Parts: sequence; structure tokens; C-alpha cells
Amino acid sequence: MKLVVLAGTPGSGKTSVLLHTIKALMRNEKRPAVVKVDCLWTDDDQRFKRLDIPVHVGLARDMCPDHFTIYNTEEMLRWAEAEGADVLLSETAGLCLRCAPYPDECLAVCVIDVTTGPNTPLKVGPLLTTADIVVMTKGDLVSQAEREVFRERVLEVNPGCNIVEANGLTGKGAFELAELIRSGPDAVDNMLLRYNPPLAICSLCTGETRVARKHHMGVLRNLDGFMEYKGE
Amino acid sequence: MSEIMNLTILGGVNKEGVDEPIRSVEISRGEIVGIVGPTGSGKSTLIDDIEQLAQGDTPTGRTILVNGEKPAANIRVDPRKKLVAQLSQNMHFLADMTVEEFLQMHARSRGKDESLVSRVIELANTLTGEPIAPHHHLTALSGGQSRSLMTADIAVISDSPVVLIDEVENAGIKKQEALQLLAGEGKIVVVVTHDPVLALMSSRRIVIRNGGMVDIITTSQEEQDVCCKISEVDNWLMSLRETIRRGDIVEQVA
Repeated sequence: MKLVVLAGTPGSGKTSVLLHTIKALMRNEKRPAVVKVDCLWTDDDQRFKRLDIPVHVGLARDMCPDHFTIYNTEEMLRWAEAEGADVLLSETAGLCLRCAPYPDECLAVCVIDVTTGPNTPLKVGPLLTTADIVVMTKGDLVSQAEREVFRERVLEVNPGCNIVEANGLTGKGAFELAELIRSGPDAVDNMLLRYNPPLAICSLCTGETRVARKHHMGVLRNLDGFMEYKGE
Repeated sequence: MSEIMNLTILGGVNKEGVDEPIRSVEISRGEIVGIVGPTGSGKSTLIDDIEQLAQGDTPTGRTILVNGEKPAANIRVDPRKKLVAQLSQNMHFLADMTVEEFLQMHARSRGKDESLVSRVIELANTLTGEPIAPHHHLTALSGGQSRSLMTADIAVISDSPVVLIDEVENAGIKKQEALQLLAGEGKIVVVVTHDPVLALMSSRRIVIRNGGMVDIITTSQEEQDVCCKISEVDNWLMSLRETIRRGDIVEQVA
């Protein structure tokens, strides 16, 4: 079973790129299954179902979507296997850009929107810097020069990645991405995350709503950069 | 890179998945070829296929050969090795930086010297009425300025043996000058256009319908004569435009 984890900034076109890529995979006699993880709501599963493949939705709700994805990875793989798939495509709604949902033995794909400007690759963090493949979308909306500058910026933060220029409307790049997936690694037991999660959960994570400083515990960073631990 | 002599487009399928009638088009060095067809017929898709040197791996299934052979994989992706420079329809900039910073970064991404930047700006200013300065913000440039800047960028920084132009007439720049600048010496130029001057300046034009190449028309002597006549009209219109821009009064029929 191959595992592909597809993450990216909101609205970058992850689902559209994936839809075209699935068609390309099926043309090459692969049997993909999709798990779509979102936070509160999604109807992307309807779009995937039209391709007549196994689809599973996971809503992370109160849980961090990346933590939700990682926590459920084994279950997803078991489900995909039971469905007779040979490639599991896991699309996640990573949001805070602090961590990255990529295990080591998977094909890590980061989808990023060129129209967000050439400074964006510097802001996205491990989601981009630890990806194997960076998919640049919406390149048709900018000049070739701007695409090339964007590409340069991506390579500055992730020199070893493969860059695929894709278009969710026309399907450009899907064949290339499908080819990279076909030659990707097989998932194994005891996978490790490529990047460490945030330092600790904070009081807000556990439901604290009071703003006053005295109510907050955990590993905390002051405005001046000083870090301390408060708690038991 | 400079040894590229010709480009071959091998036909794929149209929007219905049916084989397109034209199975092969060869374009040689120094030639300007037009692409014509109704809006939405797939002209830009053909340009895209050429830009990415498609190998049967795009939705059209077309294959692009360079000097009759499949190009090496790294030529397709690495901007430093890129054979193709593209002047696209979409020209508004989204990068929040100055003209100078942007051009320096672009030169770097193409492995070129950053001293080319002032040359690009100089050349761009020959194509547009409103001068561009190095400290101008990209996002504040007008449509004409953006297009002039990108035209000059292609002539100086991208400087690739194949130049693709998509609807250059739409931005109020001196289009014939722009085309001559882009064509340079011994380049392959493919231009998508509805503009009669530009279409007839090309030696042949590929006709696109429903996503497929359906015909190739060689520009006849009669058409070349027509082209000369409409160029005159076009230049006259251009000079009128300049007169009005200067705030002068239009006096006579030429």
C-alpha cells in the first residue's frame, strides 16, 4: 500500500489537483482510495465519489486536523486495504503551518498557490520544507517570470523537492504527479513524523477562554521572547 | 540551447477525445507562426503544451519534439535550461516587491547576471508611454507597463530560443515593435492572436477548433499585401492615439 499525504494552504486547489491525478492513476491501472480530512465541513467527498472510488471523510472538529490525521493514519490504511485499494491518498486541512502531517514512509505533497506571491514559500514552514513534491497551482494567473521567481523561492526553502506545475481546471501536471506517486514508497509499520509537533498543548487547547495571563499554563513565550513553564 | 533548429508538434486529441486532423506541424528557426480560432477553442492550451514540452502527458495527448527528438526531462522543468519563454495573457503582478527586486530575482532564477536589470527597464520604456522606474512597485504598474516589462524581460533575461506570445495586442503597447523585439534573431515565435496585422505577419497560421488543430494556412502574397495596407492604417491609428495622449488636436485625414 502506498501512502500519499497531500497538504497545502487553504484554497490552493488540493482537491482539484487530486481529482485529475486520480483519473491519471486509474488510467494506469492503479486503485486509489481517498480520505479527506477537514475541520468543520466538507462536500469534497461528493466530488471524489463521482470518480467511483472509495472515499472516507474525517472531520477533526475540536482536534487539530494534523493531529487527527496522524492519530488516524493506521486506521485509514486498514480501511483502504479493506476497500481493495493500492494507493491511499490522504488530503488534510493543515492550518496553523507550525507542523507538517507527513510520516517518513509516504509521499509528502504540498500544494501551494502561486498567486499568493513569492514571499509565501518563506512563510509556510515545514508543510513546504519537508515535502517531497511541491505542486504549484494557478500559474496561469501570473506571468512566466513570476512563476519562475516563485519556483526559485520554493527551492530556497526546500532545495531537494520535485516541483510540479499544476492547474486544477485543465488538469495540467496531473500526469506528472501520478507518475511520481506510482514510483513513491510503500507505507510501513512504525512510521515516524518528519517534523516535530508544537512544543506542548496550551491552555486554550484544553478549553480556557479567560484572557488574563494568570489563567494560562504550559510552555509559554513572552512578548520579549522569554520562554517559561507554568504549571504542576 | 541555441542549437535548436526546429520544433515539431505531434497531434493529439480534441475536446471530444477524437484525433485532431493535423497530425504534425514543424516550425523552424526564424519562423513566426500564428494560432487562430474562436475564443475558448483551445489556442492557449496549445501554447501550454508547447511551453511544457508535452510528451503525451497533458490532457490533449500532444507531443512536442525538439530537433525531431524527445527533449531531456530536466529541460522541461529547470528555468535555467528552459527552451521556452512565454508572454501570457495574464499580466497583472501579484508579487509585492519593486520592479528592480523582482527582475533581480528573475535573473537569478534563470542563472543570468543581475546587471541585465537596467537593460530590461530601458527596453520596456521604449514600448510604453508611461515610463517605468526601478523603484516602482510591481503591483502598481498599469496593464501596458506590465506587458512592456514582461516583453523586455523575455527579450533580455528569459532570452529563450522559443517564444510564445498570447494575445499581445490587448494591452495598448506598440505591438509590431514588441513582436520584432521578441522575435530577435533566429528564434521560433508562436503567437496566439485575433489581430489581423499580427496574424498576417506570421508565415503560417494554425487553425484551432473545438480543442483540435484543424488546418494550417500559409500566408499568401495577397494576404501579405493586405497586411502592409492594414499596418499603415494601424500605424495611423497609433499616431492618432499619441496625438490625443499628448493633448493635441487631430487636424486632418491622412
